[in-house]
Amino acid sequence: MADAAPISRPIFPTERAASKPLFEYLHEWVITVDHKRLGILYILYALTFLLIGGIEATIMRIQLIVPHNHFVSPQVFNRLFTMHGTTMIFFVAMPILFGFINYLLPLMIGARDMAFPRLNAWGFWMTAFGGLILYFSFFGGSGLYGAGSAPDVGWFAYAPLTSPAFSRGHSTDYWIIGLLVSGFGSIATAINIVTTVLCMRCPGMKLSKMPLFAWLNLVTGGLVLLAMGPLAAAQLMLLIDRYLGGHFFDTQAGGAAVIWMHFFWIFGHPEVYILVIPAFAFVSEIIPVFSRKPIFGYPIMVAATLSIGFISMSVWAHHMFTVGMVSYANAFFVASTMAIAVPTGIKIFNWLGTMWGGKIVFQLPMLFCIGFLFQFLIAGLTGIMLGAAPLDWQLGNSYFVVAHFHYVIVGGILFALFGAFYYWFPKMSGRMYNKRLGLLHFVLFLIGFHLTFDFMHIPGLLGMPRRIYTYEPGRGWDMWNLIVTVGVFFQAAGILVFAANLLWSYFKGKLAGNDPWDAWTLEWTTSSPPPPYNFATTPVVKSRRPLWDLKHPEDPDWKYE
Amino acid sequence: MILDFQPGLIILGKIGLIQSGLAGMAVTDPSGASAGPHMFSPASTPAQSIYHLALFVLVVAAAIFLTVFSLLVYSIVKYRRRSSDDGREPPQVYGSNQVELAWTVLPVLIVVVLFLASARVIHSVQDPRFPPGTIEVTAVGHQFWWEFRYPQQGFVAANELHVPVSDSKHPTPTHITLLSADTDHSFWVPRLAGKTDLIPNRVNSMWIDPHETGAFLGQCAQYCGTQHAKMLLRVIVESREDFERWVANQRQQAKSIDTVARGRQVFEATACVNCHTVAGTNGKGTFGPDLTHLMSRETIAAGAATNTPDNLRLWVKNPDDIKPGARMPAMQLDNQQLDDVVAYLLSLR
Repeated sequence: MADAAPISRPIFPTERAASKPLFEYLHEWVITVDHKRLGILYILYALTFLLIGGIEATIMRIQLIVPHNHFVSPQVFNRLFTMHGTTMIFFVAMPILFGFINYLLPLMIGARDMAFPRLNAWGFWMTAFGGLILYFSFFGGSGLYGAGSAPDVGWFAYAPLTSPAFSRGHSTDYWIIGLLVSGFGSIATAINIVTTVLCMRCPGMKLSKMPLFAWLNLVTGGLVLLAMGPLAAAQLMLLIDRYLGGHFFDTQAGGAAVIWMHFFWIFGHPEVYILVIPAFAFVSEIIPVFSRKPIFGYPIMVAATLSIGFISMSVWAHHMFTVGMVSYANAFFVASTMAIAVPTGIKIFNWLGTMWGGKIVFQLPMLFCIGFLFQFLIAGLTGIMLGAAPLDWQLGNSYFVVAHFHYVIVGGILFALFGAFYYWFPKMSGRMYNKRLGLLHFVLFLIGFHLTFDFMHIPGLLGMPRRIYTYEPGRGWDMWNLIVTVGVFFQAAGILVFAANLLWSYFKGKLAGNDPWDAWTLEWTTSSPPPPYNFATTPVVKSRRPLWDLKHPEDPDWKYE
Repeated sequence: MILDFQPGLIILGKIGLIQSGLAGMAVTDPSGASAGPHMFSPASTPAQSIYHLALFVLVVAAAIFLTVFSLLVYSIVKYRRRSSDDGREPPQVYGSNQVELAWTVLPVLIVVVLFLASARVIHSVQDPRFPPGTIEVTAVGHQFWWEFRYPQQGFVAANELHVPVSDSKHPTPTHITLLSADTDHSFWVPRLAGKTDLIPNRVNSMWIDPHETGAFLGQCAQYCGTQHAKMLLRVIVESREDFERWVANQRQQAKSIDTVARGRQVFEATACVNCHTVAGTNGKGTFGPDLTHLMSRETIAAGAATNTPDNLRLWVKNPDDIKPGARMPAMQLDNQQLDDVVAYLLSLR
């Protein structure tokens, strides 16, 4: 009895979209409450904004290719970096991660859907409308004042630049309301994620038997719940300042600009972990499968994630080392910031421990994860440098910081995301991606990434501040900026190859089968793509790797866990 | 996989960069500034303490990087699936408490050391005791220029901060009180000190004690609006005598010279006086830079252009041509008025 196969194989064949009238087909997508369809909507929506945000970044880099360039005006440049930052954080990174979590979480814990399918749909559409509201500012930003414009206050929108005196028209209002609306969508999704993990697990899946993916995203959901509130509160206060005569951040009437900074970064720093913990989750699923070993130190990985989540709530003011806090406050935030390096380091070591003694298969998802490991290591080390407050006094708000957080977000999160794309694409589409195009994407993007973001550290070290539309020649920054801009074109080429690969493989790829990677978690037991109900019969698990148990009845995991 | 080695080379490159910084990597500025504005050639105590901490942190980070990098490369190369693989799964290892303990305790120790080193520098930079003879300056950030008030001496300058050199026997550090008239700004001259923000409705401060004379470049380091990029900053460090001479000159009122009376009349009769002060005239505005000793400055428009007659004329005619988004409006003067007012400005020494 104990050794009986705990999971039933799917009894229904793969369902491909039957040919329906286009309108009916689209209507089904609009009204869907299926977590898989919503996940794909999130991902497609985020990929669209990725292209938009990428174009904005490319224009900025063309402007900075030589000193005193006149490609765009200062106003346009300031709008571009505001929109680029806001777009990439709120309308690319968060939705794309929510998309993957939505799609995969129920499948990995053996559930038929998220806990609240309608709330899930509501969350997606709020996020989608938020993005549209933000971008409507290009047309409606100046309201009755004349020609349209996007906000130019920077993605962290420091007071008092957002006050009516410095930000006339409605562009800042679109920024506030766009983010408020999508923020409520994020909170809804977070409630859903937390509830789903806590209540929807299949029989036998105790908390200690969940895939790490579920654990890590439970922490992500909790962080979203804690972090989005302060941002929404600050934005409501800003709206009150702007329209109801409030003075929270109105420095000319006794308000405090620094309070906005605190509110923003109490959201803003956990936000970094909201983005990076799902990336950790992808890596923690992919590395074991391609090393052919279980994750090393599962309980420690869970504990490290929980402590990252906990500590991340107390590090926000390391974004504010230069605002004139007293010395012991600065010292406290140095301590908390550096403390977070410990659990993060433990994670890297555990991934290393997972590969150690394995048989590493260099499939595309694994290549991206290996890139992630090296790049995240460097991002962590530059983070430690910036965490030492005195270094931050020199490097903060310079291109060194820009390089550092792009190393985290592109070198870490985006590489892990590409790994996740290639790893789960066969499950989502039912087809294998084109391996040659995938490899080309990897190589182009790797070259582009390192050209851009390795060399971006150097002008920062040499004293170049961020957010300047042009710079003076003769300060030793020219050549580095040129190299950085050249790298952008490699990255753009890589992204185009990636998009082409997704499209081509969706229509022409080889059929993937249920379990192309010989993997171990529940999503690989069902068909590719999974039927609407996911599992024909509710699976029953006894260990963290139910498919390992199934494939190796002579040596199942549950004997050791 | 070879491409993954690139980050390592970059880190090594950075170390090389610092060494060349030590050797005095001089990037000569056409207007006479002595070195590129970076933190690796410090010329003042706060910048020096940060520089030493930076070297220490970099060495620690490089050591961690090399260790983990080597381990990663080793395990990827050693444990790759070989072509001669027998198709069996490797031994399934679930973890090891001893190993976990080791790689928890070691990072904790490193973090404690880095924290203590940082705390020491924080204390030394933020909580100093100032000797008598400390120069007091109040810096006020404006969109998009710097106002420098010398309350002890009783005058106001702009954009170029003059301070005396400070030697260890007779230290004359400069204590700078930082205020803002509008949005957030940040005072950053990397060779002299780290940056500190100027925030409206808040009083911040910082200090420098430059050990060598020369012009030190910096710029606003907190996004403050359209022309944040051209809110440049220079600190002119002079010998004690030169500084005293400069102070004595700054305290003078503008001399009334008959040959430029027409220009002065244009200045006094247009809206110039609403924003600009020229001591000894009816120009008493404080929204723009004090022009009493305009010609004692090397640059105009907060460093956006050198202070030449041609640039002055271009600037007065239409500031947006030099610095689009600057808060000074074009004054719609005709050519004759422009010539006159520029001639007047050139007399303000």
